[in-house]
Amino acid sequence: MEFLNIILESDPSAAVVPNSTPQTIAVDPKKLITVAENLLRSSQTYFDQLSCVTGIDNGVEAKTMEVIYHLYSIPYNFSVALKVILPRENPVVPTLSSVWKSANWMERETFDMYGIVFEGHPDLRRILMPADWDGYPLRKDYKEQEKYREIQVKY
Amino acid sequence: MSDTPVNKEDVSTFAYKESFGNSGVIVTKVDNLFNWSRLSSLFPMTFGIACCAIEFMSTGTAPYDMDRLGMVPRATPRQSDVMIVAGTVTFKMADRIKRLYEQMAEPRYVISMGSCSNCGGPYWQHGYHVVKGVDRIVPVDIYVPGCPPRPEALIGGIMKLHEKIQSESLWNS
Repeated sequence: MEFLNIILESDPSAAVVPNSTPQTIAVDPKKLITVAENLLRSSQTYFDQLSCVTGIDNGVEAKTMEVIYHLYSIPYNFSVALKVILPRENPVVPTLSSVWKSANWMERETFDMYGIVFEGHPDLRRILMPADWDGYPLRKDYKEQEKYREIQVKY
Repeated sequence: MSDTPVNKEDVSTFAYKESFGNSGVIVTKVDNLFNWSRLSSLFPMTFGIACCAIEFMSTGTAPYDMDRLGMVPRATPRQSDVMIVAGTVTFKMADRIKRLYEQMAEPRYVISMGSCSNCGGPYWQHGYHVVKGVDRIVPVDIYVPGCPPRPEALIGGIMKLHEKIQSESLWNS
């Protein structure tokens, strides 16, 4: 599979994450769209499906958040994952919804749960939680609000 | 309540016990007549929120036959008498549940089916998104325990509701 060369052409700083399944490559958030477009267009890879977008909060001490993109190439029956590492204080990453349509809702979910902002997203609203909910539930330091619309949240 | 003893084995026909032989004339109390007619045709609202809804649907199938209790699911709250809350009530859903309840005509009843709508169920501690009991948003008449309750348990809850309706009176309500 030629995918590593294609990624390195667009982002020389990309690094393979050791012991990862599927093989994961950490890329620079600034180069993410170029990397994604090349992986999609290249006749040697043709990653035509974005199966999953997910977030990871590494905690208050680590001060980082991650976004993982799971790509799948239907013609080559091959999977690979891209990863971007973001500062926890201001997690912003460019949207991939212009490359894969399926990114739209999955990025909304990641925004809903982690508060990671996808720059350039056409419709970045909460998708699962109510629109007027406070906080991002899957962050490590999340504390749920006392009341939601006069209903007690705790048991 | 009625002075005549009520046979709880057969609640749905008790008003007829005061009829005169085969004359076709019934003498009864308004309370008895109203309660009998209410409990004999409890139309539930057709909606379910989670896996309990599967058991609710199962209750309507031929082996359990909810129809024999006079229960025909209605697709609108305006024609429904009982709301069976079958599933996990999330905060996002809470407004909708409350609104459905408010759209029902009185007398209206609520059966809370399953652990989730009784008290939050498996989400009671870490489920930030779950209302810890549907009784925090609407008044509940009958709680059916189980996760999910079998159709027999739901029918048991419906029969408990029959007993509750039977003991109601126009004067005290």
